[in-house]
Amino acid sequence: MIAPHTPEKTFLVRIQRQDGESQPAYWQEFEVPVKPAQNIISVLQYIAANPVTTSGEQVEPVVWDSGCLEEVCGACTMVVDGQVRQSCSCLANEQLAKTGKDHIELTPMTKFPVVRDLFVDRQRMFDNLKKIKGWVPIDGTHDLGPGPTETPEQQEERYAYSRCMTCGCCLEACPQFTKDNEFIGAQAIAQALYFNQHETGKKLKSERLDELSGPGGVADCGNAQNCVKVCPKEIPLTQAIAKVGRQLTVHAVKSFFSSK
Amino acid sequence: MPETHPRVIVVGGGLAGLAASVRIAEAGTPVDLFSMVPVKRSHSVCAQGGINACNDVARQQGYSEWQHMDETLIGGDFLNHQPPVYEMAHFAPRIINLLDRMGVPFNRTSEGMRDLRLFGGSLFKRTHFAGASTGQQLLYALDEQTRRYEAEGKVTKHEQWEFLWPVTDDQGHCKGIIAQDMRSMEIKAFRADAVVMASGGNGLIYGKSTMSVICNGAAAARCYQAGADLGNPEMIQVHPTAIPGEDKCRLMSESARGEGGRVWVPRKKQDDRHPLDIPEEERNYFLEEKYPGYGNLVPRDIATREIFWVCQEGYGVGGENQVYLDITHLPQATKNKLAAILEIYEKFTGDDPREVPMKIFPAVHYTMGGLYTTYAPYDPDTDTITPASSPKREPNQGMAFGDPQNMMTNLPGLYAFGESNYAYHGATRLGANALLSCVFDGLFNGLSVANHAKAAGSGENGTPAAELPQALYDKFLKQEQDKLNKITASTGTQDPYTIHRELGVEMTAAATVVKEEGRMLQAREKLAELRERYADLKISDTGHYTNQNVSFARALGDMLIYADALLEASLARKESRGSHYRSDYPERMDDEFHNTSRVSFNTGSGRPDINWEAIPSPLIPLRPRTYGKTDTAK
Repeated sequence: MIAPHTPEKTFLVRIQRQDGESQPAYWQEFEVPVKPAQNIISVLQYIAANPVTTSGEQVEPVVWDSGCLEEVCGACTMVVDGQVRQSCSCLANEQLAKTGKDHIELTPMTKFPVVRDLFVDRQRMFDNLKKIKGWVPIDGTHDLGPGPTETPEQQEERYAYSRCMTCGCCLEACPQFTKDNEFIGAQAIAQALYFNQHETGKKLKSERLDELSGPGGVADCGNAQNCVKVCPKEIPLTQAIAKVGRQLTVHAVKSFFSSK
Repeated sequence: MPETHPRVIVVGGGLAGLAASVRIAEAGTPVDLFSMVPVKRSHSVCAQGGINACNDVARQQGYSEWQHMDETLIGGDFLNHQPPVYEMAHFAPRIINLLDRMGVPFNRTSEGMRDLRLFGGSLFKRTHFAGASTGQQLLYALDEQTRRYEAEGKVTKHEQWEFLWPVTDDQGHCKGIIAQDMRSMEIKAFRADAVVMASGGNGLIYGKSTMSVICNGAAAARCYQAGADLGNPEMIQVHPTAIPGEDKCRLMSESARGEGGRVWVPRKKQDDRHPLDIPEEERNYFLEEKYPGYGNLVPRDIATREIFWVCQEGYGVGGENQVYLDITHLPQATKNKLAAILEIYEKFTGDDPREVPMKIFPAVHYTMGGLYTTYAPYDPDTDTITPASSPKREPNQGMAFGDPQNMMTNLPGLYAFGESNYAYHGATRLGANALLSCVFDGLFNGLSVANHAKAAGSGENGTPAAELPQALYDKFLKQEQDKLNKITASTGTQDPYTIHRELGVEMTAAATVVKEEGRMLQAREKLAELRERYADLKISDTGHYTNQNVSFARALGDMLIYADALLEASLARKESRGSHYRSDYPERMDDEFHNTSRVSFNTGSGRPDINWEAIPSPLIPLRPRTYGKTDTAK
């Protein structure tokens, strides 16, 4: 971590803080020395070691969520100058150049309950994976030979979906997904497609589609297409929603006839 | 929580912890799974290159499970035990098949078979991969299977809970844990008849490493202080190719070299031309020159030292500590297979590695040492698994399947799996063997844990956890509550982040690529100073909710204790072996040091006691580790 230096050049960081979901939010401002190749995480690490605001007040260090710092675990997602993204891959100098401002503004994601400061609780996303039965129903771990073969094209399509790191950018940007509604959102819909595309995963396709045809399912998508624009892994989310939509139509027709 | 017995606790939700949870739940024993992060965000997600296993293509070219074992043993410079490595190499193809059935999107050939890539320490393609994010894909597949058991009520997740201490009964049997909810800060005792530590590596001791911010080694260090020994803590892997950064060093996978990437420096010192303007004959591909057979794919410790030395001699790019890792010449299709890591380089440096050679330098990457564990070697006389019609193995060819002893620490009932287990990699881990060892521990040794828990839960080893007096758990609960209260109430002058930074700088300078007695003695003094300063902590967050400041400060104390063991074992091992290179003792010395450094925590002095334990070689004899080096000047 970083020790105090005599700064040559500095910039300001404004952070929206909150002691918990039911507590009022408030702002604090910190002055941070410019360093080469400095990302938002190193900025927050500096503030943790030097928790003094620009008005000279000694405060409790800012709380944030992080893990790999390589944009692959999804933990450090937050809103930087109004844009949801992973803070580890956000370089401070690039961000300042992009906005043309002398400060960077950090706020927590707004679609999930705040645990503390920039740390939010995204359990709903993991619960949704349970709802859509996001797994391949194998018989067990005994040696039963290889899995089904697939073409490189099929693998490439599935690989794109398998890189979803449950970060929540797509849900933060979605106008339909709110803190208090039931909409399941792009992340879980794309994962349902991922498992429906696997030869063995397909065995639960009908149950997944039952889940997605109910309240909070695919029909609640307003087609704003924000999700695909903010996905850090460029997952074709709107394409996934469209494909699941078509699977649902077929499923509805089949269910209609089988129930007669 | 309803107490059904027996129960098993798994600490850590990376590959090893999830594989263990799945296997133990499948054996019919309920699992409580603890993790500091939602398990899907565990550090296994960072593994890039792939997972090794003998396969049909390699087999028809003369490769075998036996050779995979041999490569792992010589890669580890024979510090690993042979029976567990035999078992892992022979079990590996089953693991690939299972992961394949779980839906891991392994790369495919045009026929739809699983594709393979070349990796370090082998001349055969035996590495299975999913793009350049194999760890992520494997972790997710096991996360999905765990979620399935969770939905069925067989696994209970405790995410954002921190392991604090193992609970042991008066006979020293592990009977549960003390853990803390990192949000409400509540500390609680949990009962179990077996506990699996799958808590990963300790890169944070070095400040900056390729590891995630959660990999501080504190959980293993707490078990060590509670009486579980460490094995070979001096064995730390420094990965040859990482991108140095302000907050961490980001891994640039070995797969870049496996797919044809080349490491080079300009032949002229301080050559300031653009790398692409430097003609071929003015480039020094130093790994290829020194190791014509393995080239850029020598084991990591060797590549790391060569890069380190070439920079020490002043040949680093721009005179700095960096060399080129060049993939610009590779065809587009190959670059696509590496997309996940090339994107990382581009995002964090601003340069496109498809167009310009990457600038890289070694960084601390993997903890080969860890909690000391034991195993029951395979014995044909007690083997009840091999069908009557099949030939049995010879003695010591593998481990006794399901034997409760497998990967148990010296505390009965406490197991260590994955990176926190010292067993498989010896003095250097080969690329793409980490994912293998983690999944192997969970799947193969998970049954050993379930068997132990069933026996212990029915009273075979003292009182079952469910029937032990609450006073026992309360005693450990109070110990941890007191420790926390003391840290929270600290009113000293020493900021934990500053102590941590100094620890990282010191350990990186004294105990990484090249170790030497004088420098390490200096580090010993420094660690003593840091321990003293740690007693005078300043805590800036006094909140009682999601207090990261206090959690970090507590873990820092454990990091200092682990660092002490690591440094003392480095001092005591007066030889060079694998990743442990002593410039004052540059040769491997088998007579004295073909031994495990088994380190016990001395509760009186608070310092490590080192004992040397002989390593049997029942399967293959030791041999020099040269990798066909042509230049013996170094």
